[in-house]
Amino acid sequence: MDKFSLIKGIAAPMMNKSGNQLNLMMNIDTDMIIPKQFLKTIKRSGLGKNLFDEMRYDVDGNEIDTFILNKKPFRNAKILIAGKNFGCGSSREHAPWSLLDFGIKVVIAPSFADIFFNNSFKNGILPIRLDEGIINSITNEAMKGDEIEVNLIDQVIVLRDREIKFEVDRSNKDCLVKGLDDIGSTLKKISLIDDFENKASQERPWNIPR
Amino acid sequence: MSESKTIYDKIWESHLAYEGDDDCLLYIDRHLIHEVTSPQAFEGLRTSNRKVRSPMSALAVADHNIPTTDRSKGIGDRESEIQIQTLEDNCNEFGIEYIKTTDKRQGIVHIIGPEQGFTLPGLTIVCGDSHTSTHGAFGALAHGIGTSEVEHVLATQTLIQKKAKNFQVKINGLCQDNVTAKDLALSVIGTIGTAGGTGYVIEYTGEAVRSLSIEGRMTLCNLTIEAGARAGLIAPDEKTFEYLKDKPMSPKGEEWNRAVKYWKSLPSDEDAEYDKTIEIDAGNLTPLVTWGTSPEDVISIDGNIPNLEDIQDESKRSAVKRSLDYMNLVPGSPIKGVAIDRVFIGSCTNGRIEDLREAASILSGKKVSERVMAMVVPGSGLVKEQAEKEGLDRIFIEAGFEWREPGCSMCLAMNADKLSPKERCASTSNRNFEGRQGREGRTHLVSPKMAAAAAVAGCLADVREMVG
Ligand code: SF4
Repeated sequence: MDKFSLIKGIAAPMMNKSGNQLNLMMNIDTDMIIPKQFLKTIKRSGLGKNLFDEMRYDVDGNEIDTFILNKKPFRNAKILIAGKNFGCGSSREHAPWSLLDFGIKVVIAPSFADIFFNNSFKNGILPIRLDEGIINSITNEAMKGDEIEVNLIDQVIVLRDREIKFEVDRSNKDCLVKGLDDIGSTLKKISLIDDFENKASQERPWNIPR
Repeated sequence: MSESKTIYDKIWESHLAYEGDDDCLLYIDRHLIHEVTSPQAFEGLRTSNRKVRSPMSALAVADHNIPTTDRSKGIGDRESEIQIQTLEDNCNEFGIEYIKTTDKRQGIVHIIGPEQGFTLPGLTIVCGDSHTSTHGAFGALAHGIGTSEVEHVLATQTLIQKKAKNFQVKINGLCQDNVTAKDLALSVIGTIGTAGGTGYVIEYTGEAVRSLSIEGRMTLCNLTIEAGARAGLIAPDEKTFEYLKDKPMSPKGEEWNRAVKYWKSLPSDEDAEYDKTIEIDAGNLTPLVTWGTSPEDVISIDGNIPNLEDIQDESKRSAVKRSLDYMNLVPGSPIKGVAIDRVFIGSCTNGRIEDLREAASILSGKKVSERVMAMVVPGSGLVKEQAEKEGLDRIFIEAGFEWREPGCSMCLAMNADKLSPKERCASTSNRNFEGRQGREGRTHLVSPKMAAAAAVAGCLADVREMVG
């Protein structure tokens, strides 16, 4: 996994319209992020072109020009801004893979679905939780098409005229910053797993199939 | 120190292979594998030259992609075929048991696990699929994982985890006739919302839960993920043991007795404390239906679609507006009587034998409306076989339903079974997201009985009126 320290780029807010009012879209689910017809792949790469497919293209496959990721400069977004409960739905990692393949490295939202949140770190995407009010203010700047800087080392988002701190837990941060391989670090504890297995198989032998 | 514990606390503590300040290594007893979320994990093992630590603890089956028509002719779709073949090849290479597409045990992962006795109380069970929560019905700690974690479990038999908080959902009283486990589950999601369970493991307690059959409990736990909690749990009891006895992979003989004794120690201590508790009265519930594109958009079948003016929160209002536009529904109007084009009975939520019995009980002697195309997709080959033994297939076919081969089918529409744009479906599945059952398709989540009633009426209908 690539190491993650500082990302600077365009931020695309995912908005919903109700009357003249624009609001950040809530409950963006994994089926919206990557519709299931693209899950038949046996590879991790190549899903970016189908990110948000049904919002991005019409039935004939033409780009829908009102969709944010089809507009300049947002076509090159590295940061996504969204409403509550981002990534709800399935556990498929195709969702973070497609975001990453498109070029999105950071998602900012008031809240995330559990599994998506975990999956993001494991794939080199930083999900940032912030208060809705703060997100709305970032959205206003993002809409101007300015680049935004996300500094993971210092845990700060740098806007043109101010900085916004964000929280991230230590192990997740480590994982991104060092580009750690989870399996590699777990295998260092293999003797603990062996011990556990030996003990458990005596106490609860039925736990071992057949 | 004798602190009282919940069932979740007990299973968690008995599976800690390592406990750190920040995170823990949770030992995983069982791992279910399917074709969509596993190829990249096996690929990862190969590139880093790693083995599968305990191939015996895993069981694999293809379900998401598979056609529900005659399979003797092969899979048909080239990409699906490659994905399914890749699963079989990977299982052979790494020594994992694979249930072939032509085996009568083939079916949806979450249905075959319990059928085979692969799912047992007190175990930790994972699968690269969010509805793994289903297995919590047996008092197992079961949850969905992503592909990176699939690889992690294959290589280490553990997961890096943080402990969740305890959330008790107590469902008091008993359901009225024609109100089922699906309605209970939808009511929970409607009450706490799709993010209401985030960060928690939900334990379902109360009279209504105890009185549910094992199938009903699976439906309830299955939908826990739609309320944002990774896992749902129900303490095991005599019904659980009865269901599991003599299943192919259940413990046998003296080991069975030992296991049951252990399982009886699992239920939460009487004075166990929960971080959060809500209570729901089952007696007040009516059959439910979703109107929108989120499983929390739940109303009673005799209720009205929300009015935009009634919604104060602005972002909520714009979300509802988007949903209603997508669903093509009139705000404020009754949900009952909305015409439908399709009915789907199946999925890991409602594809078990009891679900088919319930739907058939409504259909017996009736005909599917001319405007409706209806299909039943049994959750597994064994469910299908049992249903045929009981003559349920005849009831469905005579009513005008299509009787299909087992798989996920139109629950997620990865195979040929899908809605055409703008088609409206009464579905027993679990997600009504935009495009879930086919691009621009419109999904209303209902119970099997309500799906059957809708098929006959040609519109969303109140099953209570149909049975008189
Ligand atoms: S039936 Fe639906 S929810 Fe269940 S495993 Fe299959 S696709 Fe997932």
